[in-house]
Amino acid sequence: MIEKEKLEAYWKENQKLTAITLAIWFIVSFGAAIMVNALNNISIIGFPLGYYMGAQGSLIVFVLLIANYAKKMNRIDKKYGVEEEE
Amino acid sequence: MAEKKDAFTQNLGKIYGIYTGVFIAFVIALGIAEQMGLQPKYIGWIFMAVTIAVYAAIGIMSRTTKISEYYVAGRRVPAFFNGMATGSDWMSAASFIGMAGTIYTFGYDGLAYVMGWTGGYVLLAVFLAPYLRKFGQYTIPDFLGTRYGGNVARTIGIIAAIIVSFTYLIAQVTGVGIITSRFLGISFNVGVFVGLAGILACSMLGGMRAVTWTQVAQYIILIIAYLVPVTVMSYKTTGVPIPQIMYGQVLQKIDAKEKEIIASPKEQEVRDLWKKRAGDLDAKIKALPASLDEEKKSLEARLAALPADAPSKDREAIQKAIKDLPKTPEEAKEKWTEAKKAAADNAKTPKPYIQPFARIDMKNMLALTFCLMVGTAGLPHILMRYYTVPSVKEARSSVAWSLFFIFLLYFTAPAYAAFARNEVLTNVIGQAVATLPGWVSSWAKVGLVSVKDMNGDGILQFGELLLKPDAIVLATPEIAGLPYVIAGLVAAGGLAAALSTADGLLLTISNALSHDLYYKIINPKASILRRLTISRTLLVITAAIAAYVATYKLTIIVELVAWAFSLAAASFFPALVMGIWSKRANKTGAVAGMIVGLGITLFYMIGSRFFGLNWWGIKTVSSGIFGIPLGFITIWIVSRLTAEPSKDMQEFVESVRYPKGAVKAEGSLE
Repeated sequence: MIEKEKLEAYWKENQKLTAITLAIWFIVSFGAAIMVNALNNISIIGFPLGYYMGAQGSLIVFVLLIANYAKKMNRIDKKYGVEEEE
Repeated sequence: MAEKKDAFTQNLGKIYGIYTGVFIAFVIALGIAEQMGLQPKYIGWIFMAVTIAVYAAIGIMSRTTKISEYYVAGRRVPAFFNGMATGSDWMSAASFIGMAGTIYTFGYDGLAYVMGWTGGYVLLAVFLAPYLRKFGQYTIPDFLGTRYGGNVARTIGIIAAIIVSFTYLIAQVTGVGIITSRFLGISFNVGVFVGLAGILACSMLGGMRAVTWTQVAQYIILIIAYLVPVTVMSYKTTGVPIPQIMYGQVLQKIDAKEKEIIASPKEQEVRDLWKKRAGDLDAKIKALPASLDEEKKSLEARLAALPADAPSKDREAIQKAIKDLPKTPEEAKEKWTEAKKAAADNAKTPKPYIQPFARIDMKNMLALTFCLMVGTAGLPHILMRYYTVPSVKEARSSVAWSLFFIFLLYFTAPAYAAFARNEVLTNVIGQAVATLPGWVSSWAKVGLVSVKDMNGDGILQFGELLLKPDAIVLATPEIAGLPYVIAGLVAAGGLAAALSTADGLLLTISNALSHDLYYKIINPKASILRRLTISRTLLVITAAIAAYVATYKLTIIVELVAWAFSLAAASFFPALVMGIWSKRANKTGAVAGMIVGLGITLFYMIGSRFFGLNWWGIKTVSSGIFGIPLGFITIWIVSRLTAEPSKDMQEFVESVRYPKGAVKAEGSLE
């Protein structure tokens, strides 16, 4: 059995990482779509930035976000000693 | 154990590496054969026959009689390969065939699908996948049943899983029918049943285990098939074979071309003619039922007035027109209203391709994106895949791999759309109508392309070429004049996409019935053999029903698929997330939440689609925007008003939250 306090601290840290992940998720998708007209004035490798965010930018961020989440969570598991037994 | 596992994993890489190499060699060999005079017809046949045979072979080799192999592939699928399998499980006929076409048609606004169908994986990664793996059972209703206790939550889960998966399944079977009928030249109905045999061969003997390994094989084919034509087009148009970067330039070209089209007097003439036609149809609809009789009489008069020596072609055309007339005034109203809408659309001045919110307003685009995201994270056939990895850790990285493999196709789709649009605008528009290439008539036969010389000038105007979104991916290789082997490859890819998704869905439905309904509710003492037999029988029955429904070619199916996301989003997502993230959520709350979420969503769907219901201008397709938050709120409030879950249950919730002690991979490693 793992101690209650330890688990609570583990869960808190998880929640924080989740919140940050979701904030970035929201900004690059919905945020960029709301701002699309302003972003379209900026050009990136031949694309208007607003269009680019919808077509590629947000997707790249999503992949990185999930990879980062997996890496960080595995580290947090170890920190609190709740990782899986080999 | 660890050593053995490594050997298994390494072998997987080798096996699929060789497989990929052989497939590429096979495509090149066919390409050479084409240059030497192999007919396109045979190329289509060879592609279909060889790929289906490969899937069936994998399916038969992976047969199993073990429960954990059958339901969760023994929980031994490495994160990387589960990512690939999830990729092809996820990418359906709609993604492969339809998405680039949607972007082609809707421009920026179509990107709601690109963002929605990828962004959902972020929700899946942080809210659900690792916890479901820790829970470690077989199905999604399993989780609802265990977490909320009793059979009510499980039963609602079963019903929702079946509604969502079945509509989606019919669409896949329809996709198979379109592809096989076009490329094999067989009838749609025969094509549907050919595809059905392919689907069953993969899933029946080996369940999840067989489906997983065929899905990996299908992913490899579908991604090659998607990337090749667009890379070739990029090279042809820009000299650089990296379409994802180069289409920035193409977008500018498209913009310039579109300005010409908007200004051209010939195009304006065509648009005016469409407008007139829309007006005529409107008058005809208003004059129903008399106008239907008149229409028939005038056609018959024309037939009678034909001189005896008139070409038989003319006679047949009129006879066909009479035969195709709507049978009843109701049918006429429906058909003509649709035609009127199409004509009115064609009459509009085209809006620039990348202009935001030109076709869908901002509110609806955001709502649609949100529903697709949450729906993605609520689809049972996808969630189920995260039971098959060996550990919680692998479940987390597997979501990353899944999205990476999906991303490869999705970030190419807008490029595909742009190159296709550029090709049409530059090389197709302005040609003589009489000498259009062969693809026009062959795609017209399946109803995806039509050409009408509205102003009779013999030249094809933009407003005279109608491409259905579904034609873009499949027809572009031919439109761009690429070798037929590429068209065949794309068809094989589309088939792989449709088959792989169909397999996952079929398994979800038959598992919900055999495992959740039969074993968990009706007969918990059933033997393993009996459970497997029932599951296999249900697979065949479900597939046959889906194929039968698909042969009716109901136009509503395409809509239903989009609805499936809203339904999954509003029924599963809140109950699953609250089950993990709130210890206070209880059975009454979850049941109420699922009913309210599903109920409100269905109510708005049916109300807005058929009875003119309109809440803040939200379109039917985004109905989940009401159901999702209401589902969450209901679970929260009702749970708080009723007794809190037992201590055991709260401990169970806690145990789901950390990885330690997760169920291990099962079974021997063969």
